[in-house]
Amino acid sequence: MELKNNLLDIEALKQQSVEKLKTEGLRVLICAGTGCVANGSLEIIKKFEERGINVQPLGEKDKMTAVPTGCHGFCEQGVLVVIPDLDVTYVKVHLDDVDEIIESHIKGGKPVERLLYTDPATHNHVFKNEDIKFYAGQTRVSLANCGEINPEALEDTIAADGYKALYNILKENNPDKVVEEITKSGLRGRGGGGFPTGRKWMFTKMAQGDKKYVVCNGDEGDPGAFMDRSVMEGDPHKLLEGMAIAGFAVGADEAYIYVRAEYPLAIKRLRTAIKDAEEANLLGKNIMGTDFNFEIHIKEGAGAFVCGEETALIASIEGERGMPRPKPPFPANKGLFGKPTLINNVETLANVPVIMLKGADWFSSLGTDTSKGTKTFALTGEVNNTGLIEVPMGTTLREIVFELGGGIRNGKKFKAVQIGGPSGGCLTEEHLDLTLDYDSLIKAGAMVGSGGLVVMNEDTCIVEVARFFMNFTQNESCGKCTPCREGTKNMLKILEKITRGEATLQDLDLLEELAMSVKDGSLCGLGKTAPNPVLSTLKYFRDEYIAHIVDKKCPAGVCTALKVIEIQEDKCRGCSKCSRICPVGAISGEIKSPFKIDKEKCIKCGACLDSCPFKAIIQK
Amino acid sequence: MEDKKTLFINGKEVEFTNEINLLEVMRKNGFNVPTFCYRPDLKPFGACRMCVVEIEGRGIQTSCTMPPEPGLKIQTNTERTRRIRKTVLELLLANHDRECTSCEKSGNCELQKYSEEYGIRNIRYAQKKEFAEIDTSNPSIVRDPNKCILCGACVRACEEFQGHAVLGFANRGSKTVVQPMAGKCLGDVDCVYCGQCQAVCPTGALTIKSDIENVWSEITNKDKKVVAQIAPAVRVALGEMFNLEPGENTIGKINTALREIGFDLVFDTNFSADLTIMEEGTEFLERLKTGENLPLFTSCCPAWVRYMENAHPDMLNHLSTCKSPQSMLSPVLKEVLPKRLEGYTKENITVVSIMPCTAKKAESKREELSKDGIQDTDYTLTTSELGRMIREAGIDFSKTEPSKGDTPFGEYTGAGTIFGASGGVAEAAVRTAYEIATGKALENVDIKELRGVHNRCRDVEFDINGAKVVVRVVSTLKEAEKSLQEIKEGKAKFQMLEVMACPGGCVNGGGQPRSCDSSLIKEKRAEGLYTEDKELPLRKSHENPEIQKLYSEFLEKPGSHKAHELLHTTYQNRLKGSYKDFSK
Repeated sequence: MELKNNLLDIEALKQQSVEKLKTEGLRVLICAGTGCVANGSLEIIKKFEERGINVQPLGEKDKMTAVPTGCHGFCEQGVLVVIPDLDVTYVKVHLDDVDEIIESHIKGGKPVERLLYTDPATHNHVFKNEDIKFYAGQTRVSLANCGEINPEALEDTIAADGYKALYNILKENNPDKVVEEITKSGLRGRGGGGFPTGRKWMFTKMAQGDKKYVVCNGDEGDPGAFMDRSVMEGDPHKLLEGMAIAGFAVGADEAYIYVRAEYPLAIKRLRTAIKDAEEANLLGKNIMGTDFNFEIHIKEGAGAFVCGEETALIASIEGERGMPRPKPPFPANKGLFGKPTLINNVETLANVPVIMLKGADWFSSLGTDTSKGTKTFALTGEVNNTGLIEVPMGTTLREIVFELGGGIRNGKKFKAVQIGGPSGGCLTEEHLDLTLDYDSLIKAGAMVGSGGLVVMNEDTCIVEVARFFMNFTQNESCGKCTPCREGTKNMLKILEKITRGEATLQDLDLLEELAMSVKDGSLCGLGKTAPNPVLSTLKYFRDEYIAHIVDKKCPAGVCTALKVIEIQEDKCRGCSKCSRICPVGAISGEIKSPFKIDKEKCIKCGACLDSCPFKAIIQK
Repeated sequence: MEDKKTLFINGKEVEFTNEINLLEVMRKNGFNVPTFCYRPDLKPFGACRMCVVEIEGRGIQTSCTMPPEPGLKIQTNTERTRRIRKTVLELLLANHDRECTSCEKSGNCELQKYSEEYGIRNIRYAQKKEFAEIDTSNPSIVRDPNKCILCGACVRACEEFQGHAVLGFANRGSKTVVQPMAGKCLGDVDCVYCGQCQAVCPTGALTIKSDIENVWSEITNKDKKVVAQIAPAVRVALGEMFNLEPGENTIGKINTALREIGFDLVFDTNFSADLTIMEEGTEFLERLKTGENLPLFTSCCPAWVRYMENAHPDMLNHLSTCKSPQSMLSPVLKEVLPKRLEGYTKENITVVSIMPCTAKKAESKREELSKDGIQDTDYTLTTSELGRMIREAGIDFSKTEPSKGDTPFGEYTGAGTIFGASGGVAEAAVRTAYEIATGKALENVDIKELRGVHNRCRDVEFDINGAKVVVRVVSTLKEAEKSLQEIKEGKAKFQMLEVMACPGGCVNGGGQPRSCDSSLIKEKRAEGLYTEDKELPLRKSHENPEIQKLYSEFLEKPGSHKAHELLHTTYQNRLKGSYKDFSK
């Protein structure tokens, strides 16, 4: 590559951006991620903007500017409003609260206490983000700018050192060194497999071909996962920069971002970002005045889970049915349109600019021996604090659940976590001190996956959880290979039989045998990992399966078919309240003598349980 | 010696060269693994998972998708591979209509075969209960979704051979199905009836629409004179159904067997192949002279003709107006036999054509190929249907004494015989056209450059009276489409285009006996035809004395008014898809 004389001056550009941001005065950061938008944040932003013109904040700042940002991660507390200059984070903000925030705090210097976060343990108000436990335990690398910058304003990105890594790389003009640095950093694929990113880059770089592609996998399909969406919505330029660096390193000049069509906001912001970056000569032809060209296209996926599998994703971009293709050949040698293709997930690529800017040594100082850096997790389920978190690899499950997550909701007992989405596995109390990294999770029968983390309490039926995930993978199987298509269907049928109390111990053996064949025999990662929820729950909660099969009981009281609702004769006063509330007329009796439930008619809805003033009705 | 590459199968060191996958290496060395979805002529798909092997350091891999590498250590029969195969079989059977005894593919079904080999006796999974309707709307192919195991071979055959997406996958998960485009029935889509989908189908999901019972009832009808004509490629394939070698010429045995079954007269389509050459050769020379409607497209292949009508009606003028050999002979029989033989009338003759082809069934039903409401060809049987009739009649085919076909339409030259292989029509046409145009005898009758069942496109240049004439031979419609695009773009440099829809030509037709290794077998069948050509005393169509006699007594000369009436046809624009409903 030849450097031309008119190399763009990134430092000057940064200076301009910083100056421009200074003119904005007091910046009020309002979350405009999908969750907060659904909670009305766009109206809140509009109101702040409308009022902003005439507001004279207390202190040095001469004006106030409303800044829509990407996701802050703490979605359940949305709409989130952060004012860094005032060191405050407001949660659950409604349109009606805007005036009070402006009048009382911005103009008057008096914080609005009722809009502060309340610690569930201490019941104290918390002012600053970093004092909220949910944020305190985090180390944000890929999400560093999410919630901090306006994703639709290029100067916000530039002021935060955006495109600086790309600039340095183009200036140094040594693709080998880039691959070396990524290899040295120890970065591994964040999409699930955990394959060393540097090696993948090297394979693609070494592959022979006149044309190469970079593909970004943004087909985030795990139920409840939204880490990639947050990056695409909250810091799109970081992804674009990461892709351009990857393209430079492997020798590609064209790229695709495959995004689910269900992510309209991410698509919109990516489109804006590509356009802005191209206009600023940060992407497109002769980037920053060099002869490096890099064109990025967006391909909207139609929502098939399997299209997150790299070969299926490639088929989908090519216009074929999204079905995985056998490997070898690997995409690095024969990928998109038959050309060598580097395919990385969003989070992986978002780590790249940071690594190149701060150095491989800095990155590898985070995490464990074999899993470097940080990982985002979508923390959901029965914990007090749910949302998106980014923690160093090697953080323990206990820290996540009980520190960041703030413990189990309503004082219930912790039972298990399902980690890694439908391809992951269930871990129990004995794993609470397990460090979360690629290798220890695989060893325990789960996987990092894309980072779904569902916390379950004592009221959760483990068989039902396995059934739920099997139902998901069965519906999302592409139908190509026999073990996955037919195997998951039959695993689901057996699980349904167990939850209905109709299964035998032979069925349990068959389920295990089938799970092993599906794991061994399936074509792609989706099929190979589909039995994980079953295998891991069988390993750690076998007694619960046995209870369903032998005792015909659901210990958690979840499986409807196994519930028994009874009226205790000695406690029943014959008031008839239950029989009047029963929607199917299953309860009858004579006034003032004990009533009875017709088990044939009872649909186990539980309405009678709550209706009885004498607590005479119980569920077994 | 340094180039020698080896790997290890079950501990035995074996050599390999340029095989595309481990499965081929294993087969060559006598290690068989089962497969449903791998077909040598189609791209590996890796879907059925039956061919799994364990490779040291690589775990479980499908041998159909794994390229051979030096030093690989492969185990074909481990506890894991056997468990996967048995699970796959059991799962497929649970989802399958297991009425094997009454299935069209019984005895010729890979699911049945492997289930037997792997001793599947008990299906522990829930049996599928609801059954889908059987689709009989296509004139050549019957589709039974209840027997589909979703190996995708038909989808790939349609796409990779014919460039079509007549069949495709739909839905996801356990609701996945293979179905005609947009969920229509097989009679309502742009199917060309080539039958390659059913040829690669391992089960009874796609089968040939049988005319066996119709033919039996004609034979047992005392008022009918049932007359057979046998296409070239049938003779070198039928023996396979009776444990004879592929490529063995069994025309003599077929003649005898047909008479034993009860056919009144047995003629040979090779005769009308010679007749086709007379007409088409003349037509070609005429077009060369005027420069109109060039390049000339051959019209023997009904799938190709249908494709032109479906997809390129604007180019129908290129198609030769000659009927196919089948459809030339039938009207001649109905016209000439009553004049020559006692007891034969137009109405009481039933012409049964025996073809390597499923598309011929649809051709026989074309309106243009009928007269006064009577179809020229009454029924078309495929090679495999004839094989079944021979079995049903209790004829021990391998011991049957050969006999000759009936005169006059049983006489043929080598040029007629080679119609059955890709390039044969072109070669036969050149043999005659060259001699007619130049008046000189062709020195070398064997034009080997035009031959070959694997190479799907080749150009051969000839010098005819000082003018360069390029003949192009293609097989598969996907390949033909490329040539059509060349013509549309004005880049075509050939004057004649021979197209056969099936890869390798009629020897590999959709109506031939099924084989899991069609790649090798079609080569042997073609060899059988070229051997017969070589051994025949006459090898040029215009030298066939019965052809000469037919012209002098009846047709006057090639291209005459009478010849046009009987031997030429017209084509229709079917672009908008106004299809006749053949379901009955």
